[in-house]
Amino acid sequence: MVASTADTVASAHAPPKPHAGLEWTLALPLTAFFAVFFVTPLLLLVVVSLFADSEMTRFGLDQYAKFFGDAFNWKVLGSTLFLGVKVTALTLLFGYPLAWLYTRSGPRMQSALILVVILPLLTSVVVRTFAWVVILGRDGIVNNLLLTLGLAETPLRLLYTENGLVAALVQVQMPLMVLPLITTLTRLDPNLLDASSALGAGPWRTFFKVTLPLSLPGIVAGCLLTYAASVTAFITQSLVGGGQLLFMPQYIYQQTITLHNWPFAAAISMVFMVSVLGVVMLLNLLGRASKGYIHA
Amino acid sequence: MPDPRRPTWGSFSFGLVMGSLSTAALLLLAAPTLVVLLTSFTDGYSLKFPPPSYSLRWYVSLLDAWQLQDAALTSLQLGVVVTGVSVVLGTAAALAIGRSRKAWARGLDGLFMSPLVLPALAFGLASLMFFSTAGIELSFLTLAVGHIVVSVPYVLRTTLASLAQLDPALLESSESLGAGRLYTFRRVTLPTIRNGIGAGAFIAFMSSFDNIPVSLFMADARNEVLPIRMWQILENSLDVRAAAVSGVLIVVTVLAMVVMERVAGLSRQLR
Repeated sequence: MVASTADTVASAHAPPKPHAGLEWTLALPLTAFFAVFFVTPLLLLVVVSLFADSEMTRFGLDQYAKFFGDAFNWKVLGSTLFLGVKVTALTLLFGYPLAWLYTRSGPRMQSALILVVILPLLTSVVVRTFAWVVILGRDGIVNNLLLTLGLAETPLRLLYTENGLVAALVQVQMPLMVLPLITTLTRLDPNLLDASSALGAGPWRTFFKVTLPLSLPGIVAGCLLTYAASVTAFITQSLVGGGQLLFMPQYIYQQTITLHNWPFAAAISMVFMVSVLGVVMLLNLLGRASKGYIHA
Repeated sequence: MPDPRRPTWGSFSFGLVMGSLSTAALLLLAAPTLVVLLTSFTDGYSLKFPPPSYSLRWYVSLLDAWQLQDAALTSLQLGVVVTGVSVVLGTAAALAIGRSRKAWARGLDGLFMSPLVLPALAFGLASLMFFSTAGIELSFLTLAVGHIVVSVPYVLRTTLASLAQLDPALLESSESLGAGRLYTFRRVTLPTIRNGIGAGAFIAFMSSFDNIPVSLFMADARNEVLPIRMWQILENSLDVRAAAVSGVLIVVTVLAMVVMERVAGLSRQLR
């Protein structure tokens, strides 16, 4: 009697599901696909990087020794990682006010703003980079303006410089920063801002003490995407940076396609991947810490 | 306490700094697209801006640029195949891991999303090594496989986000009313996640159509894709036809974006 009551109660709460628990099988096709075409190639990359010679006859850590033994390689790696830092910082500086403006705008203005932000994201990277070739070129807008205003005697070399590349990358990656920021800022409780100003805090104080700390998760998410995208932006780096500036993606491409040195290309890919993932994980930790800070 | 209605130096300077920085950001975002559009209508032979005079000659010249046309066709076919497979694999996986809080589901989620943060160029190189070690010749199919890996995360992300909005009580009531699982999926789950799948498919298509890091290693001479072709043009000759192709791409992107905004609420799905 007791048992049958318990059965009735249990079945009332959990209706019979004939196939319940079989949902996980739906993940099998993609898991198999990733195991063969994503995980296996990456493992193979590790194996290839462990060949001591470019003919791939014996194993050894020679490729890594070769990479870290040459100051030139350190410089390429360092300038790539630092390029990402510069681009991410500038993107945040300009992107944050834009996301802030979005939260302060009416609905019509908001849809206009979101289209301006998303359009570059969906336009081809080659097209966006090409715009910068036109803007920064000898006959470009910047040089024409400088010459007309008499600020320069002869056209300046803007293309193929690091500053030109940073400007282009900031524009190309800006949407990746602005979208997560908009998400976080729109979820922010407006009462908090009102409370802050009602208690006598000026707009600057409210911004630095309330808005900015509460939007840290969005900042971290935006920085993460922007950083990962700008260090690997092969096209922008090669077209705006030109031949004089060498970054990791072109270095890998050169070693593979031009020099056919697979083990060395694999080794520098590994070094590059581990460094980028290191930065990403660091940012992720910061993000988790900032979430704890808000809920505390 | 200062009168909040009286503009103070603090609120003035705050408005000025935020206003000018966001205006600069807007200009920075919009200007390059406009520059490319204007340049594509130039009458001259160089990428001078502003153009000396305007004409449609570079658009006309696209009509017999067969190499560019072939590359565009390959990219289109590739995008369709990649999107189709990504939607099927991605949606199925999202249904499996979306409502599970278990460790294996979080683990798979992390694995499927990792192509987004991993340097895609390293994956491109790894794929090239994988297929040539396995003795498989590079083809349209191997190129598509590489693209699918980097496109699936977009479908998975938007589908998972829309699944999170599905109330599990709806599924339970549907089942307790006697609906089969397939019927419940068709009448309850699918209508809720349709927009998420649609937006994910659109972004997956765009990401494949614009993919460089994988195509760089996986596209051979018989399967030349549009972004690589354009990159080579810009790298070698700064041909003005590249501006005309860019103009076409911008117009098509804007149109597709407006349609997707109407159909699937694209901008809501992206956030």
